[in-house]
Amino acid sequence: MESDNNLKAFANDIRIETIKCLKKRGFGHVGGCMSIVETLSVLYGSVMKYDAKNPQWEDRDYFILSKGHGGPALFATLALKGFFPVNWLDTLCEPKTLLPSHCDRLRTPGVDVSTGSLGQGLSVADGIAKGFKIKGKDNWVYVILGDGECAEGQNWEAAQFASHFKLSHVVAFVDWNKRQVDGYINDVMSLGDIEGKFKAFGWYAATVSGSDTEAIKTAIENAKKEHGEMPIAIVLDGVKGSGVPEFEEMFDNHFFNLDAELADKAIARLEA
Amino acid sequence: MFKLAYNGNFESLPITEVFSSFLGERLEKDSRTVYVDADLMALIGVRDLWKKYPDRVLNTGIMEGNMIGVASGLALTGFKPYVHSFAAFVTRRAFDQIFISAAYNKNTMHIIGSEPGIKQDYNGGTHMTFEDVAMMRTIPGAFIFDITDNAMLLSVLNATKDMQGIFYYRLPMSEIRKVYADGSEFRVGKGNILREGKDATIIVSGALVSMALEAAKLLAEEGIQVRVIDMFTIKPLDEPLVIESAKKTGIIITAENASVNGGLGEAVSRCVTENYPVYVKHVAVKEEFGEVGPESYLFERYGFTGTQLAEEVKKAIQLRSQS
Ligand SMILES: Cc1ncc(C[n+]2csc(CCOP(=O)(O)OP(=O)(O)O)c2C)c(N)n1
Ligand SMILES: [Mg+2]
Repeated sequence: MESDNNLKAFANDIRIETIKCLKKRGFGHVGGCMSIVETLSVLYGSVMKYDAKNPQWEDRDYFILSKGHGGPALFATLALKGFFPVNWLDTLCEPKTLLPSHCDRLRTPGVDVSTGSLGQGLSVADGIAKGFKIKGKDNWVYVILGDGECAEGQNWEAAQFASHFKLSHVVAFVDWNKRQVDGYINDVMSLGDIEGKFKAFGWYAATVSGSDTEAIKTAIENAKKEHGEMPIAIVLDGVKGSGVPEFEEMFDNHFFNLDAELADKAIARLEA
Repeated sequence: MFKLAYNGNFESLPITEVFSSFLGERLEKDSRTVYVDADLMALIGVRDLWKKYPDRVLNTGIMEGNMIGVASGLALTGFKPYVHSFAAFVTRRAFDQIFISAAYNKNTMHIIGSEPGIKQDYNGGTHMTFEDVAMMRTIPGAFIFDITDNAMLLSVLNATKDMQGIFYYRLPMSEIRKVYADGSEFRVGKGNILREGKDATIIVSGALVSMALEAAKLLAEEGIQVRVIDMFTIKPLDEPLVIESAKKTGIIITAENASVNGGLGEAVSRCVTENYPVYVKHVAVKEEFGEVGPESYLFERYGFTGTQLAEEVKKAIQLRSQS
């Protein structure tokens, strides 16, 4: 188990490599990449069971980035953990790349499920958890959903299913960064009390700061102690673009052309 | 009437401005016009109208199925809905709602699917719809338009605004090559002959129209004269024009930014085999999914460049002369 200091440092490295990767391409889904960095650090730095040298290892835990547009942050994490060389990050979206903008399991070592059409990941997580159960395995499946993505009704079908079948080894994170493409969630389509919704569906649910590795790790540990047979939802209270004030303050920070100078400034600050 | 203005250049005015000014005018002039989007208003440029008409310009957030259902309900209370998302999500994701809530209930709906096929370039395979045309073609009486450029969009939207039925517009939003002069007019069910020729006919639509014109130019340099038809009106298809082309040139090559299964090519083929059988070659996406990359790469990757189209035409002519 990594110490919390190491998880913080790992998150910082993920953020730096993600920005470098997006800077090379010149544009991308910057905001939604930034807000999942700490969770990826905790999962790949301490919580999940995997073998970077054998991504298809049968006894691994599975991970699904249901908000598939956050691909670059996951790719940076996988590269730093040795699933593939870090210099692959320079090939994002290039012809024949193994790192497309959205997660693709047939291309990228370590990606378990292809995503990009929002709203499908939680159902697939249910199926994976059910598969584990049938096989008598005690592995976990972790999934990150966007808060905008939660508008897709399929998420709530999956929530109902997981609860009915007592899929206690599903851990769903909701990246509650308050924004989607067209603006703030509350202006576009208010989502209400996310934790309360999952609870109403029979899940164990908690809310933590999405930018605090220690809090995220503790939340996962507590959930696993307390959830009984319930699936677990952890709401990540955060900011879109987090970790780089210029990104956070931009109104349209979902997808944008990443100015190289701004990227360099952000990287220098994070490296200091 | 249309006027050709093709010289390989991109449109200077973003096509989203053509759309948003059309929509703005409809909202102002016709209190029954409504617009519903699923969190991609920013991309099609209607956020100002969302502010201006909070009652009739609605954002559902990321719920395409619900969006079509809501639009159907609005239609049932007398409104004329325009709905939008990326082509992949507005059709594939919400197809049963389009089929039942909208079409089967005989509602009128204008469905705008943006960045169809390889136009999704950097978003990659999950966003790249090659199957939308096939799906939408199966809806009884539906209209399908593969939009080529700004002038066509405006004219087609004006032509359909008071019609009834399910209308599907494949709308490219970036790197659009200008083909038609501003003010050109288009008719539902009427394809456009962009170039005359006697040796073969290329029937093409949308993003590939400019490529077909390039192919025709290359072929002319070799003494091969091809007729080029912009069949933007995939449904209803301009059958008389297809039959006339079969008779006149004896060979047809179809080219589309869509799947070979159920697209423009198959529509043309059926028309030809039932009326005047000639050799038809389909240039389209074969048994493949989309993939990520810049547009220039994707055009080449799927065999859509002018040079590749010209090769296909030559092969077809050769094959025909051997038989
Ligand atoms: C089914 C579907 N509809 C629409 C889109 C286009 N799209 C991509 S990201 C996005 C907004 C996502 O918002 P959110 O889930 O909050 O993600 P985040 O804020 O973490 O980036 C939209 C509408 C999509 N990818 N899939
Ligand atoms: Mg969000």
